[in-house]
Amino acid sequence: MRIGIPRESRPGETLVAATAKTAAQLAALGYDVVVEAGAGAAADQPDAAYEEAGVHVGSSADVWASDVVVKVNAPTDDEIGLLRRGATVVALLAPARSPELVERLGAAGVTALAMDAVPRISRAQSMDVLSSMANVAGYRAVIEAAHEFGRLFTGQVTAAGKVPPARVFVVGAGVAGLAAIGAAGSLGAIVRAFDVRPEVAEQVESMGAQFVTVDMEQEVSTDGYAKEMTAEQEAATAAMYDEEARAADIVITTALIPGRPAPLLVTAETVAAMQPGSVVVDMAAANGGNVAATVTDQRVVTDNGVTVLGYTDLAGRLAAQTSQLYGTNIVNLLKLLTPEKDGQLTLDMDDVILRGISVSRDGEVMWPPPPVQVSAAPTGEETTVMPIEKAPPKEVDPRRRLYAAGLAAVLFLALATAAPASFLPSLTVFVLAVVIGFYVIGNVHHALHTPLMSVTNAISGIIVVGAILQAPVDNLAVQLLAGVAILLASINVFGGFMVTRRMLNMFQKG
Amino acid sequence: MVEFVQGAYILAALLFILALAGLSKHETARRGNQFGMAGMGLALVATLLLVLDYLGTDYIDQGPVVVGLVIILVAGTVGAVIGLRLAKRVEMTGMPELIAMMHSFVGLAAVLVGYNTWIEVADFAGEADGIHNAEVFIGVFIGAVTFTGSIVANLKLSAKMKSAPMTLPGRHLLNLAILVLSAILLVWFMNADGWSGIAPLGIMTVLALVLGFHLVAAIGGGDMPVVVSMLNSYSGWAAAAAGFMLGNDLLIIVGALVGSSGAILSYIMCKAMNRSFVSVIAGGFGSDGGPAEDRDYGEHREIQADDVAALLADASSVVITPGYGMAVAQAQYPVAEMTRKLRAKGVDVRFGIHPVAGRLPGHMNVLLAEAKVPYDIVLEMDEINDDLPDVDVVLVIGANDTVNPAALEEPNSPIAGMPVIEVWKAKDVIVFKRSMATGYAGVQNPLFFKENTQMLFGDAKDKVNEIVAALG
Repeated sequence: MRIGIPRESRPGETLVAATAKTAAQLAALGYDVVVEAGAGAAADQPDAAYEEAGVHVGSSADVWASDVVVKVNAPTDDEIGLLRRGATVVALLAPARSPELVERLGAAGVTALAMDAVPRISRAQSMDVLSSMANVAGYRAVIEAAHEFGRLFTGQVTAAGKVPPARVFVVGAGVAGLAAIGAAGSLGAIVRAFDVRPEVAEQVESMGAQFVTVDMEQEVSTDGYAKEMTAEQEAATAAMYDEEARAADIVITTALIPGRPAPLLVTAETVAAMQPGSVVVDMAAANGGNVAATVTDQRVVTDNGVTVLGYTDLAGRLAAQTSQLYGTNIVNLLKLLTPEKDGQLTLDMDDVILRGISVSRDGEVMWPPPPVQVSAAPTGEETTVMPIEKAPPKEVDPRRRLYAAGLAAVLFLALATAAPASFLPSLTVFVLAVVIGFYVIGNVHHALHTPLMSVTNAISGIIVVGAILQAPVDNLAVQLLAGVAILLASINVFGGFMVTRRMLNMFQKG
Repeated sequence: MVEFVQGAYILAALLFILALAGLSKHETARRGNQFGMAGMGLALVATLLLVLDYLGTDYIDQGPVVVGLVIILVAGTVGAVIGLRLAKRVEMTGMPELIAMMHSFVGLAAVLVGYNTWIEVADFAGEADGIHNAEVFIGVFIGAVTFTGSIVANLKLSAKMKSAPMTLPGRHLLNLAILVLSAILLVWFMNADGWSGIAPLGIMTVLALVLGFHLVAAIGGGDMPVVVSMLNSYSGWAAAAAGFMLGNDLLIIVGALVGSSGAILSYIMCKAMNRSFVSVIAGGFGSDGGPAEDRDYGEHREIQADDVAALLADASSVVITPGYGMAVAQAQYPVAEMTRKLRAKGVDVRFGIHPVAGRLPGHMNVLLAEAKVPYDIVLEMDEINDDLPDVDVVLVIGANDTVNPAALEEPNSPIAGMPVIEVWKAKDVIVFKRSMATGYAGVQNPLFFKENTQMLFGDAKDKVNEIVAALG
């Protein structure tokens, strides 16, 4: 089957659905891959790079006539018209927010797969484009903010005075929020973050930020996304947002609710109360924004000198990186859909992932899919890992132990009394040697267990002494047996010491 | 002369104690081995002098002494040559088999010495000496158990015998029956005059050989480190028993040293596996506590060698946890090469060794040392576990059960409670594996399905070589 990678038609779009590297990976799955001329130009992927990777570069018509068309943005009406009936189109379709697009795709008789609808389960992580893009966008949001911000992020003490570190407040600790926390922290800022899902506090702290809490009961999310809060919760958190934003130099908001407009979190009054020179990056601008002053796709400077960035193309501003990640997500999806690696698409609707992203199938509208319970949000019981209790040592009644020891002593004494006198000195030696053995070996270094064992093996060849003493006895059978014993034991003695030496010579300090 | 030899024996015994003490630290290990050689040399020379001394005496028939000396020299020389050649030729990956085989030699030698002692007495005196007979009996018993046990261990380690535990019905009863029967035979033998003792001694020898075979056959391959060190201990006890019957203090001291040190080493191993000493010795590990229920662990993700190389080059801290698979694939050289390259790039590379990784205590350390990995970056499980959350990449090379989170998280798992290297706490985990098969314990490993785990399938040696090539 042929996969077509068209040039994105949306004005200003920099991304491409496959880089030279990922296109080659698609080809390795058995597909015939065609890339439209100039498709990757804005993502540092010249046509020559594709050709070098062994992928065809063709015309727009070639690409749209393919069996599978892989895009970044949803196809326009014109583009849908170009698709063959029965073709498959893979793109960011936002099916929940664009019912008319879903209708049109159904009517066009194509199979449409929405990359942005991948269910948030572990197995699908490698195809989760939203995470890929949010990760890049979160990083870029910090870079944009740093660019607008008139001061350093990192605190320093210099000969020219002390520079305080920038204070960054991140709202929403999803992938984008966590990436922003990481980037801001790396630049040296003090980062505080909030999320309505209390369970992400650990992740926030793992990225080096402080988690801001609101003293309210909160629900554990069951679908991996934050929920909109109740009115009273909102009142308490609003106060917190206000307080935190006023104290911060940089505010980055990432709060989204799937299928709904973004919640308004930072009011106009709060922005008005921020210090001049502060920067707000509203990563939810595409869905209406979390900040009152946001204008989608615009840089706005408020009356009090606060810069509000409403860019929606943050991921696209790192076109090469985002295209590479998007392309890899596409490859992972196609790996799932091409189990035989034979270039034939296998659409198994029982697969939760495929069912989740299917918008239409051969003209039949499949949206919305049945809900999926996500593994990303474990239930309460599972999160607390039970500390494994070591099997408690069996409680032995100390008296019983005493009796046992007493009994053993009595038996021993009886035996010693019955034994001939010559036996006792040997026994003394034996018991003392056992004790010495225990103490000498007690602290052996773990790396030396093998050499120790081979040296003790050599030493136990001391039995050769016994055999040697039997060799001169006046009995040929005894002499021959002793000879065999000497032979065996001396293999041990010489072999054991030599092997130990070889091993020990290998151990060296770096 | 006898006084001189006694003195030499005491010195030799001291040298052996110093040898074992020296072997417990890297800095003194080589000197320890030299002490051991010196002790053995001294003991051998003194014993030979004692035999030579017989030559000049009138009351001993000179003929057998001369024959005996020839036998000693010929057998000793042949044994030495074989031993030295074995030691020179053995691959470090084959060390466990070799050591197991050598234990069987000591076991057999103890049996022979025991029989000899009995023949001498039966031939000469004819009167039953209870205590002496008991010493012979016990010496032969331990020697025979060590002999067949070590042979089975050798066969299992060299994969000539299935490593899965052999579980006969009522195996504990069988062992117990052999012990009880042997005790009855002991009483019989203690009171047997002259040649009549051959019946109890012979029957017991056969029983002990069966017991040794059965004991080790019932122990799974994964428990081999414990078995080998346990057999080491047995070979010591066998030598000590020989010392009792010959009235030779040197043998008693040395045998007891080896016996008790081997026992404590086995105990250390068992503790590392959170397994009771008795249950390992009684055998059948992995057969009790049914396999974990079939359940969907999700899907594993694959990664390619190039991507691993990139990941490693960007990491600041890498931990490698090798297992038996590394030994099987002979991957220690490429692993060492990779370590050198990464260290040259400024990556902090360390090794985390589980106490029971491999088939011999300290097996991994020996392999890494062979490939010239500096021993100060090779750390023990306890030393590395606390650092793992700060580690960027963990490479799991041929290890499975020793990095299985089920040991901590699933109380019903057959390996529950066994301390493991907690590799999953690192940022990224790369597991080198030939396939998705389970480890020795036959337990599925949830590690492979963790979100931060990626699988690199294929022969470990080839894959590490590819990484080395990609690191440039």
